[in-house]
Amino acid sequence: MSRFIDPHAPRSLLLADDVVISRADAQRVIEMVVKLSKADAVQAVVRSSRTRNVRFAANQLSTAGIIEDTTLVVTSFIGKKHAAVTTNDLSPESIERAVRKAEAITRLAPDDAEALPVLGAQTYADSSAAWDQATADLDAASVTAAANTALAPARKGTTLTVAGFLVTGADAVAIGTSAGLFAYHRNTSANYTLTVRTTDGTGSGWSGEDAVAWSKLNFAKVSAEAIEKAERSRNPVAIEPGRYTVILEPQAVGDLVGLMPRYFNARSADEGRSPFAKAGGGNKLGEAIVNPMISLTSDPTNPMVMTSPFDGDGMPLTKQSWITNGTLSTMLVPRSWAARKNLVATGNPNNIILGGGSMSRDAMIASTQRGVLVTRLWYLRETDPRTMSYTGLTRDGTFLIENGKITKSIKNMRFNESPLFLLNNIEALGPVRRTANDGPGTQIMPIVKARDFNFTSLSDAV
Amino acid sequence: MTTRRDFVATTALAAGALALGRPQDAAAHSRLVPHVQDRMDAPTRDLLLLAIDSCKRAGASYADARIQRVQRNSIFTRERQILDVVDSDTMGCGIRALVDGCWGFAATPRLTAEGIQRAANEAVATAKANRIARDKSVELAPNPAHPDATWSSGFTIDPFTISIEEKTTLALAVNTAAMTVPGVRFVSTQFNFLKEERNYANTDGSVIAQTCVRTYTPIAITAVSADRSDFAIRESVVQPTGRGWESVLENDLVVNAKKWAEEAAEKLKAKSVEPGRYDLILAPSNLGLTLHESVGHPTELDRAYGYEANLAGTSFVAPPEKALGSLKFGSPLMNIYGDRSQPGGCATIGYDDDGVKPDEFDIIKDGIFVDYQTTREQAMWLDWWYKKRGMATRSHGCSYADSWSSVAFQRMPNVSIRPGAKDIGWNDLIAATDRGIAIMGRGSYSIDQQRYNGQFGGALFLEVRGGKVVGQLRDVAYQFRTPDFWGAMDMIGGQKSYELYATFSDGKGQPGQANAVTHGCVPTRHKQINVINTGRKA
Repeated sequence: MSRFIDPHAPRSLLLADDVVISRADAQRVIEMVVKLSKADAVQAVVRSSRTRNVRFAANQLSTAGIIEDTTLVVTSFIGKKHAAVTTNDLSPESIERAVRKAEAITRLAPDDAEALPVLGAQTYADSSAAWDQATADLDAASVTAAANTALAPARKGTTLTVAGFLVTGADAVAIGTSAGLFAYHRNTSANYTLTVRTTDGTGSGWSGEDAVAWSKLNFAKVSAEAIEKAERSRNPVAIEPGRYTVILEPQAVGDLVGLMPRYFNARSADEGRSPFAKAGGGNKLGEAIVNPMISLTSDPTNPMVMTSPFDGDGMPLTKQSWITNGTLSTMLVPRSWAARKNLVATGNPNNIILGGGSMSRDAMIASTQRGVLVTRLWYLRETDPRTMSYTGLTRDGTFLIENGKITKSIKNMRFNESPLFLLNNIEALGPVRRTANDGPGTQIMPIVKARDFNFTSLSDAV
Repeated sequence: MTTRRDFVATTALAAGALALGRPQDAAAHSRLVPHVQDRMDAPTRDLLLLAIDSCKRAGASYADARIQRVQRNSIFTRERQILDVVDSDTMGCGIRALVDGCWGFAATPRLTAEGIQRAANEAVATAKANRIARDKSVELAPNPAHPDATWSSGFTIDPFTISIEEKTTLALAVNTAAMTVPGVRFVSTQFNFLKEERNYANTDGSVIAQTCVRTYTPIAITAVSADRSDFAIRESVVQPTGRGWESVLENDLVVNAKKWAEEAAEKLKAKSVEPGRYDLILAPSNLGLTLHESVGHPTELDRAYGYEANLAGTSFVAPPEKALGSLKFGSPLMNIYGDRSQPGGCATIGYDDDGVKPDEFDIIKDGIFVDYQTTREQAMWLDWWYKKRGMATRSHGCSYADSWSSVAFQRMPNVSIRPGAKDIGWNDLIAATDRGIAIMGRGSYSIDQQRYNGQFGGALFLEVRGGKVVGQLRDVAYQFRTPDFWGAMDMIGGQKSYELYATFSDGKGQPGQANAVTHGCVPTRHKQINVINTGRKA
């Protein structure tokens, strides 16, 4: 008989009433893996999540659900060999099966010349403020009621249709090794994004918020922003594509600058296949790469975007400054590259923070002779890895600024631009915001004003 | 459904066979017959029936449940090094309940009677909570019950029976072959295999067990200039497929790796394209993604009605009452259809996640738009159109959830272009072109949220002059307005040039889901398309 409905089947090590796996349960699972392991070394990672969501569109509630899952990844190390096995069945029987299977696959795998020892015990920053119990316990009725703050008024009128997504999450991650490492982090998140379209099909506006706690989301503010943008963006006119001064709202900045972290990899640069590769060998560490106003950091302890204080290997994460006053000040050094080149490994960051400035949005607009105000960007894809160039389009609220005022709604435009060039052409930085994206955010971005943004074609899309 | 215990026994056997050193060659495998799906086992069936009965008892008018198991195996290599070997296995149950015209969904990995009942109650409670935000009721198009149905994709060699040793040996041989070419400094080869066991039941009486396998082996070869001031990548050389290990063997990867590496080295020296208007000749490996983005997505009915407005976007093929039967999408040579039955197709399946047996349907006929991709819920929205055409109102079978933990919604079937009447192919299109660019493989791709303005790159660009290929180009991207691009299609390959392009992971929805989908394509020519140069100097 299958294990599915076997009344004598071993019980999961998870306690049924936990929202996500607790520190104690995670520790028990990891200790069991370490005890069972016959490999030279073993690493176990437990990830557990419970999310609740509601979608609405065309003024209707469409789908809603609650999803929970817990997975265990066992990585075995034998000599220079290693392999990983993942399962979402956490019964003792299944855990043993995963350990045995990881060992069996490891023995068959070829040697990895760059295999590294598992990490031993580490010290991590406190991340307990990333958890909000009320968000973890939120019920379906509260989320539906929030959806109604946009649905009910839209249905009352005849000029607007709304589409939105509300999602709350509770997540836990734990990592342990046979060398004595144990790390545990849990966090909650609440995210609301809303698109408001005019029923004549000529206007569209977007807004969103993201926070650790449900109680911090301001539904009325999100609705007001999206409605204002939709109404104001009706009947857009075409302007000639070309190089424009732009004011990018924080979401748009995050859409482009948020793509940068992977390019900081020291190995790619040293191998000559990165924008930070130096002709003749080496990388551009210590060189001025963008405007001196720019500082780009990662910091798991920042209260606005508190994230796990360790990466997927259990490496402790601290504040890292990738760009300091325009200079490339740190490169991301993977453990394997650190071992080969005698460098200090940095760990993989979980968030990205672009420092802001003091100029308000209104002041940016008032100081602009002719420019384009952008709400958010869409469908960004790399066009040239040598210069970090991307293409993409504006979306959900694009406006022309003339003589210090927003004068017209304009058609969306495609751009071909690099975040490096954007950050080089900065004229002013404004207040920061935790961006919302289409899911939980891990970025803090300011509104920025920059010159010579490269718009290359018009789009008829609203 | 096999249990995880059975699975361990199978892999142990496979590993044992390999330890004896028996080579696994294509000829030996070709004698194997396609996989045959067993009827659903009793414990899985009991749990599914418990799920839908619990929903009914709690007040649902309709419910369905899926118990799904997804196994993945991936090998990551670079040059002469194994980066990782990863195996994953996930199993659980997703339950959908319709109460008073509102949906509720709950998903749990706890495959016990207690766990299933709890999830069923959650699904119904969520649906009930949603009633305060209800305006219109969900109505489902009629669909016959399929009791005790089974289906399997047409793989002959289950990749999960092939040992890690055999897979890694082949991947490293690919890298070694590529590295023999001067100038080539880096190669990454990945092998990805996926096996889905999908068990489904609904309150209409359907009980369906299905298995499908997908395979994707991306290879990227990088040439770097001697002074490290420049590099070029050749990728997008192998298509994902809804087949098994047999497809990997047929691709002759080691022999081809050297050819692809030579193309990388040549690309590094290729001249940068002069921007302007060119006649484009697009290989199936390039056209597939352009078709996917510019035709596949805008003809999804949920997008046309605004259901994806908050993320994926809406569609220029709207509103349906104005677009259906009237919208001129492209040239009269353009005939596009949807299906979920092409052998080897990544979206190929016997029954969708509404329990519907998908049909083959025309989307664009002689350049005119005639139908959307639909689910049971959506087909009802087009009742007027189907009645007008004298057709039954039925779903085209496009409901899909990417995991047990995801709610089913409308996803793309295989959307393909019908070959032209003339028996011509790639070389004929090149020979007929005076000044053009022939493009193979996928590159950068971007399109707006209503699918008007697209900009697409490629993996390999060939300059065509006087009907001949004269060399490679680089930094090419073509940019278009969708109906203009398809309207400019003046030549199209015939049946002999038909190939399957596929994408392994196409995103849509909130929370985001990924599906795999195939596009059958022939080479096409598009007159005077805007080409830009994407290369920039820092």
